[in-house]
Amino acid sequence: MTFDWLVPLPVVVPLSAAGLALALYRRPRLQPIVSVGALTIVLAAAVALLVVVDDKPLVVEIGGWRAPIGIDLVADRLSALMLTISSAVTLCVLLYSLAQERYDDEESAPISIFHPTYLVLTAGVANAFLSGDLFNIYVGFEMLLAASFVLITLGGTGERIRAGTIYVVVALLSSVLFLVALAVTYAAAGTVNLAQLALRLPEIDPGVRLLIQVLLLLAFAIKAAVFPLSAWLPDSYPTAPAPVTAVFAGLLTKVGVYAIIRTQTLLFPGGALDDVLMWLALATMVVGILGAVAQDDIKRLLSFTLVSHIGYMIFGIALSTDAGWSASIYYVAHHITVQTALFLVVGLVERVGGTTSLTRLGGLAKIAPLLAILFFVPAMNLAGIPPLSGFLGKMGLLQAGVQVGTPLAYTLVVGSVVTSLLTLYALVKAWNKAFWQPPEQDRPATTLPFGMVGPTATLIAVGLALTFAAGPLYGYTERAAESLAERTPYIDAVLPAGDPGDLVAEQDEHDEVAAPGSGGAP
Amino acid sequence: MIDMSPSLVLVVTIAALFAAGVYLLLERSLTRVLVGVVLVGNGANLLFLVAGGAAGGPPITGVTPDRRMSDPLPQAMVLTAIVITLGLSAFLLAMAYRSWQLHRHDEVQDDVEDRRIAQLAAADERAMADTDTEGPAGTLDEDAQEARDETDDGAVPTPEASLSTREDEEPVDEGRGAR
Repeated sequence: MTFDWLVPLPVVVPLSAAGLALALYRRPRLQPIVSVGALTIVLAAAVALLVVVDDKPLVVEIGGWRAPIGIDLVADRLSALMLTISSAVTLCVLLYSLAQERYDDEESAPISIFHPTYLVLTAGVANAFLSGDLFNIYVGFEMLLAASFVLITLGGTGERIRAGTIYVVVALLSSVLFLVALAVTYAAAGTVNLAQLALRLPEIDPGVRLLIQVLLLLAFAIKAAVFPLSAWLPDSYPTAPAPVTAVFAGLLTKVGVYAIIRTQTLLFPGGALDDVLMWLALATMVVGILGAVAQDDIKRLLSFTLVSHIGYMIFGIALSTDAGWSASIYYVAHHITVQTALFLVVGLVERVGGTTSLTRLGGLAKIAPLLAILFFVPAMNLAGIPPLSGFLGKMGLLQAGVQVGTPLAYTLVVGSVVTSLLTLYALVKAWNKAFWQPPEQDRPATTLPFGMVGPTATLIAVGLALTFAAGPLYGYTERAAESLAERTPYIDAVLPAGDPGDLVAEQDEHDEVAAPGSGGAP
Repeated sequence: MIDMSPSLVLVVTIAALFAAGVYLLLERSLTRVLVGVVLVGNGANLLFLVAGGAAGGPPITGVTPDRRMSDPLPQAMVLTAIVITLGLSAFLLAMAYRSWQLHRHDEVQDDVEDRRIAQLAAADERAMADTDTEGPAGTLDEDAQEARDETDDGAVPTPEASLSTREDEEPVDEGRGAR
């Protein structure tokens, strides 16, 4: 029995549902059913994929064209894991925003566009995770970016337009960089298929290869908010509505991180830029967390911790060992759930406290004790308090760093510990101020809407589940990292007969007429 | 051997598009940024076309012999990229218009943080006024504050300082950018 049909579902289902939801814009009752249904199917498909691809990667050639010429979707362990976590998170955030819609009357005006856009965003994320083709990754990025542009400027208030402008222009710039990288790749290797590139890139000039690597890293690093390219993030994310910020913080940067992992491991083994990445990781961690310490607005504070913790993942990638990659993948899974949960909690804090400014918040522990717990658990998780998943992720990274044992790796290990402590400081400060300091004025006790607490609590529970299931999960990420390091499982799955372009190239040597690219027409 | 040398005219055009586009991207007005994005995007599209090698016949089997065809893959990809650029430019245009509706100009505004730091630097004040260290609030509260004070350097901000910080945090919606 083959499970190939599962692979396109995470892209096709939300995209079709987006069309359906758009057609139903006059029926606000039906829209949520469509989107919740679609995302539930995606989650089920992702979980099924997670189990199935543990044996070997699944490849689906879209439109029936053979792999290097047509578009292929590839689900291996890494993509399946990313997909599962991301679909669980998107479903929780959707449920949260549904409840928010129900309780907030004033914000319900232009909401009919929310569901279709949100579904396109999920489809874009899934497409980027599954695609076995650099150009298709670009298309996935554009799908999720276009959707995110709409979501970040939802309602079109002055502040959101201001923040959105910066976000949109930076995102467009990174897309152009990505496109240039694709053009250079195609000119150099005659293909953009990841598996075929993995076979061909070692043969091209090392200088050109380095150029391609730098261009791709630049494009992805803007998306992932790695330090010198991260200034746009803390300014643009906090102005969006809470669920939107939550899903952006959880997923969009991680898509960039995923793309970095995929290209670094599959296309550029040997780690030509590892030292540079290490320094960037260190700078991202330290500068990010220093920004967080100085913040007074809790949403901005969390945005800075988001930037800072991207550094951990880059650190793991830059180690270029199985252990480093494995820890990095685990850390991505942990960070998606925890960061999203924290932003959802902050949405609740804003509801109860009426503001996100830490100087003005206060006494929330008395008004809403449940909220205090909801904030405390993911906050400690993010800071890396044992035995939570944040601790396990950091532990894995530190071990991998010590195993490598170079002076730079040790510097990074120290940097990670310091960053972790500063995260703890920033979050405890936020917790003290929001929940324990005497409030400026007494606020009426408000009940927390169950529809919003439920999804938040579920997400926190997922974070805790990552702790309890850390053994099997680490086993899974280790197997994922092993196959990333071997590279052959991925390449063999996509191109079972080797590089089909080689045949054509041999013919070309006898034949003087020009046949550009990967052998002309199929 | 595949002939990959591109036409010089295309290369010069690409260079010109990128140069003009980058120049416009650095401008303050969103309309100019939009034109810059369009130029840079078209430059990238042309670059992709050049990446496919020298031009040949139309890539249709039966019309052109196999070896004389242009490479159809970059063309397909460029087509996709053009559509994407079009859609996103339309969005940027809508945003510039919305910005003009709200502020009567379409200039990209400063980062909130930058603005706040500039204002604080002008007034020479601390970035944050800790309410932990503020004046008397009540006996129980005072005790609680003293218990927590040891982590702070003890600088007591004046009421004006905390007041002005509060004003700075207000979202600035209108009238701010009329430079």
